[in-house]
Amino acid sequence: MLDWRSTAHLCMALVALLAAGLVLPGWANFLLVIALSKGLAALGLVVLLRSGLLSFGQGLFYCAGGYGAGLLMLWGGISDAALLVGGGGLFALLIGVATGPLVAGYRKIFFATLTLALSMLVHGALTKADFLGGTDGLNLRAPTFFGWRAGSAGENVYALYAFASILAVALAGLCRAHFGSVRGLLSLGVRDNEIRIEYLGTSVRRVVFENFVIAAFLAGIGGAINALALSHIDPELAFWTTSGEFVFVAILAGQASVVAVFAASVLLEVVRSWSSQYFPNAWQLTLGVFMLAVILFLPNGVGALLRRRSRPSVEADAK
Amino acid sequence: MQLVSTIVLDGLIDASWIFIVAVGLTLIFGVLNVLNIAHGNFYAIGAYVAASAAGWYYAGGDSFPALGLIIMLGSTLVVAVVLGPLLERGLLRFFYERDEVVLVLVTYALFLVLEDATKLIWGVNPYYAYEPYVLFGNVSFFGLSYVGYDLMLIVVAVLVGVLLWLALNRTTSGKLVLAVIHDRDMSSALGINVTRIFVVAFTIGVFLAAAGGAVTAPKISVQPGLAVTVVLLSFAVVVIGGLGSIGGAAVASLIVGIARSLAIHTAPWAELFIVYMVMALMLAIRPQGLFGTEGLRKI
Repeated sequence: MLDWRSTAHLCMALVALLAAGLVLPGWANFLLVIALSKGLAALGLVVLLRSGLLSFGQGLFYCAGGYGAGLLMLWGGISDAALLVGGGGLFALLIGVATGPLVAGYRKIFFATLTLALSMLVHGALTKADFLGGTDGLNLRAPTFFGWRAGSAGENVYALYAFASILAVALAGLCRAHFGSVRGLLSLGVRDNEIRIEYLGTSVRRVVFENFVIAAFLAGIGGAINALALSHIDPELAFWTTSGEFVFVAILAGQASVVAVFAASVLLEVVRSWSSQYFPNAWQLTLGVFMLAVILFLPNGVGALLRRRSRPSVEADAK
Repeated sequence: MQLVSTIVLDGLIDASWIFIVAVGLTLIFGVLNVLNIAHGNFYAIGAYVAASAAGWYYAGGDSFPALGLIIMLGSTLVVAVVLGPLLERGLLRFFYERDEVVLVLVTYALFLVLEDATKLIWGVNPYYAYEPYVLFGNVSFFGLSYVGYDLMLIVVAVLVGVLLWLALNRTTSGKLVLAVIHDRDMSSALGINVTRIFVVAFTIGVFLAAAGGAVTAPKISVQPGLAVTVVLLSFAVVVIGGLGSIGGAAVASLIVGIARSLAIHTAPWAELFIVYMVMALMLAIRPQGLFGTEGLRKI
């Protein structure tokens, strides 16, 4: 469980986020919504990385969340943001449960390539599925929030931003609690030596499966928020370069802190919109060099910097 | 009957260039234990350099058209000799001690960098190098007319495969490479210069990718986005065939080539995902690939 200190931190973070949204211009709120949605997908990757697994197919669940929410709106006639995002997350979770047993037996690059293949399979299928809009995807309407409909585009963005902030903070808190729990700490053991964990009486497959499903759910929620923010879904969400972006954020953040994941995601979005405005053909180059620098000089990510200054990390305690 | 022969021949043509690229990827993986996401970029750079070289050569009048093709291939050799040692010594070697997943990330970062570097150098407009495509005329096959250049590709791919196999299995340096693939630490202890073998193997891998780009350049319009597609195709081949296996890459290229041509001719909607379907199935049934060997798990 979360201690009172972490809970207080989370509440403070939420208040700060909500207040910041009121001050910031609309475009910044929009950018933050996208960053939070991608941060959730990257947080899922961090859950997997803690058990030593790198997924190159997280886009599959991001896409599943987006399409789940989108189809609920278009076919199901639902317009409430909470139901749509919950539905999207649930849909991604179900796909995670269905594919989890298959991928749970794989490690290292086999895990990375299998998740990659699965997401590309879905991407390929979606581009040819005309009833789902094919390559162009589908356009969505603006959602309502518990019966309230925003009067202007600005209001809509802020409402979505506030909604995304609450979700992100709540899920980050849950992940934080999970990381400190026995089941969460087992992941670190799986990463270090899974045969020992197996001998100690725990099913490694099950730990990996659970992490995979958690990751799928987080990405699904993120994908649904992203779909509502853009009012659009298309197969590119499942393309491997989308998954690559999540990998980037997860590596940049490291595994020491959940806050760092969102910080890294915001950083990526800011760098992206800044450099795509001024250097439209060189922003990937900037990211690549940045990523190399992080791997080389900050092997534990930016989060390690945050942790080092406060108190010893959970990982350090575990060791 | 005609449909069958069309599917097989188209598949073979597709398989041949895919093989040339993928065998480079499998060589790099076998020797360096690096799953190189930037491999598609070497293909794209090879295609761009070859197209530029062809443009330069044919602009001066094509008194001897075949020379253009030789210049195209020669230019990719330059690419490999420059990029190979530079990237292996300047970048990859710093990460050998780290987890293999970290190396995947490093090559992913390299992919991002090279993707934009290519755009900065060659811009976003397509390049064409169609002149060599007519070099070998047309050939009639089962009542169908085929471009001779495409059939030549099959011959080139077979040659590449045979040469690589002979070089690895019938020469001393090749056997040293096999020794390094088998056990890097033991080879090093026995006095084999592992560093040199790493550089050479990586350079040859880069060359094969770039050469694959050069030989396909006359068939396609060379434009941004090539790397993303090609790296996935070669990934699929390497995974299906077994990581590090040359024979596996050959068989898997055939499977991928023919599966793609089967889809194009009978179910065009399936073209995009049939390859990933085969790849996912193979991973699910036999994760080590057709010709891969199962590694022992460390306790």
